[in-house]
Amino acid sequence: MSDIPSDLKYAKSHEWVRVEGDEATVGITDHAQDQLGDMVFVELPEAGASYAAGDACAVVESVKAASDVYAPVSGEVLEVNDALSDSPELVNQDAFGDGWICKIKISDPAELDALFDAEAYGAFCDSEEH
Amino acid sequence: MPFIPHTDAEIAAMLETIGVASVDDLFDEIPAGLRVDELEAIPPALNEQGIGRLMLERAEQDGRPLSFIGAGAYEHHIPAAVWELATRGEFYSAYTPYQAEASQGTLQVIYEYQTMMARLMAMEVSNASLYDGASGLAEAVLMAVRANRKSKSKKILMPRAVHPDYRRTTHSIVHNQGIELLEVPFDLEGGHTPIEALQEYAGEDIAAVVIAQPNFFGILEDVDALTDWAHANNALAIAVVNPLLMSVLKPPGHWGAKGVDIACGEGQPLGVPLSSGGPYYGFMCARMAHVRQMPGRIVGRTVDRDGRPGFTLTLQAREQHIRRTKATSNICTNQGLAVTASTIFMAIVGDEGLRRMATQSHANTRRLVDKLVGNHVRPRFQRPGFHECALTVDLPLERVLRPLAAHNLLPGYSLKNDYPELQNALLVCATETKTEQDLDVYADHLGRIIETQTSAGCPVKPKM
Repeated sequence: MSDIPSDLKYAKSHEWVRVEGDEATVGITDHAQDQLGDMVFVELPEAGASYAAGDACAVVESVKAASDVYAPVSGEVLEVNDALSDSPELVNQDAFGDGWICKIKISDPAELDALFDAEAYGAFCDSEEH
Repeated sequence: MPFIPHTDAEIAAMLETIGVASVDDLFDEIPAGLRVDELEAIPPALNEQGIGRLMLERAEQDGRPLSFIGAGAYEHHIPAAVWELATRGEFYSAYTPYQAEASQGTLQVIYEYQTMMARLMAMEVSNASLYDGASGLAEAVLMAVRANRKSKSKKILMPRAVHPDYRRTTHSIVHNQGIELLEVPFDLEGGHTPIEALQEYAGEDIAAVVIAQPNFFGILEDVDALTDWAHANNALAIAVVNPLLMSVLKPPGHWGAKGVDIACGEGQPLGVPLSSGGPYYGFMCARMAHVRQMPGRIVGRTVDRDGRPGFTLTLQAREQHIRRTKATSNICTNQGLAVTASTIFMAIVGDEGLRRMATQSHANTRRLVDKLVGNHVRPRFQRPGFHECALTVDLPLERVLRPLAAHNLLPGYSLKNDYPELQNALLVCATETKTEQDLDVYADHLGRIIETQTSAGCPVKPKM
């Protein structure tokens, strides 16, 4: 099982969220990047766009597949990781760090309660594999 | 190898596994009224002799008229070697070459085609082709809506001077996706799409502007100004062009300050015979920045593990077998055989050959127009044109067309059904296949018919 940092929240669709004040940094998990394989392109959202939790907000394209990334929380996109435009492999190399995708201004903090903690996400991944 | 390799026993086992009684039950959700059980119009199988006879009879129905109709499909010389090579067994059964290890020849042909097409259009990337010119424009519109991230509107400026079939096809394909085609009028005197007609939409959220060159009437558009207008208004520019003419006219990649974003059109003029309307193929080129929104196949060049060059399908992750409903397009094949013929055609005639065909076609059309214009016939539009020309006849057109058809001559395409505002207007084209004698035959017949129909009084004088 890949690494699952304990200070993050996780969605069923394999995104992670780092909450700092009313900002949520969003990326895909190490498990997700491992399943998808080598990244060749990341289609980023636009700063200023608003998404509801569960909306597709980005696309990660690997050599195997192109997959939607769903906003784990509702809100406006504050910032996107432009480095991914030239270096999509950052998602593979450092999924929880330099491979972040965007920052969202959290409009409804209650939505965070619906997300997994690290332990529950780990169990969820195990159950998906079986 | 049969394409459906399952035995009856295997099919029964699969149906049992999923709990369905018969294959037909899988289509239950389609209402009975929409289903066709029997193909009643299809006759029983024929043997080779019967098929040969049938095809011969059908071909004879077309006759061999002397045709001066262009309007989107053009009669050009095709060197004999083109189809001799394209119909070799290695090419003839060309199917989407998924298995790169078994399809290097097919893949290389498509790669060469893409290279030629991208150079002809002065664009960065070409796909492996689409179904035809009209659906190609629809795909270009869908692509532009996806690719233009500055626009939220799904509004497209579509000049009325774009081929009417292309506009109808595009409407059919895009209108249920909330895409709005806003018709831009043409200048009734000049025949062009004036920049002032776009100006009405300045400052509005427009996803893309379609620009035809030449337009349906053969009139040259001010493509630089139209392209720049699109970009100044945060819209993408879509060129729809006759590829043969791009060997002579400024190609879409060089229009305006930045060039267009997408170039598309009908590939038929490049080595594909008229053959009663098809099959033809559509082409599409784009800027590299938009390549991930491009529909259809793209073949790339790469190296294998030993460093040897090879060809393979690329950018497949966006296609329907992986992305399902979110695929960039449901176009999943290319017109392999027609594209193969075009590739061989372009390789044989070369850039010089393309230029000569284009300029000679234009010169022939000019000569024809000069011969026809005069008594009761004049050019419909005043602006400069290329390769094709609209004429107005001072008589009800039917009275001229019918007698010409009786002489086994197709004098042109009548514009009034598509353009009620252009009564008695005829679109004519004389490609390089027409001789001086052909032009004279047309001019002589037309002159005599007009003379007969316009001479005053009763031509039969009573004897006194």
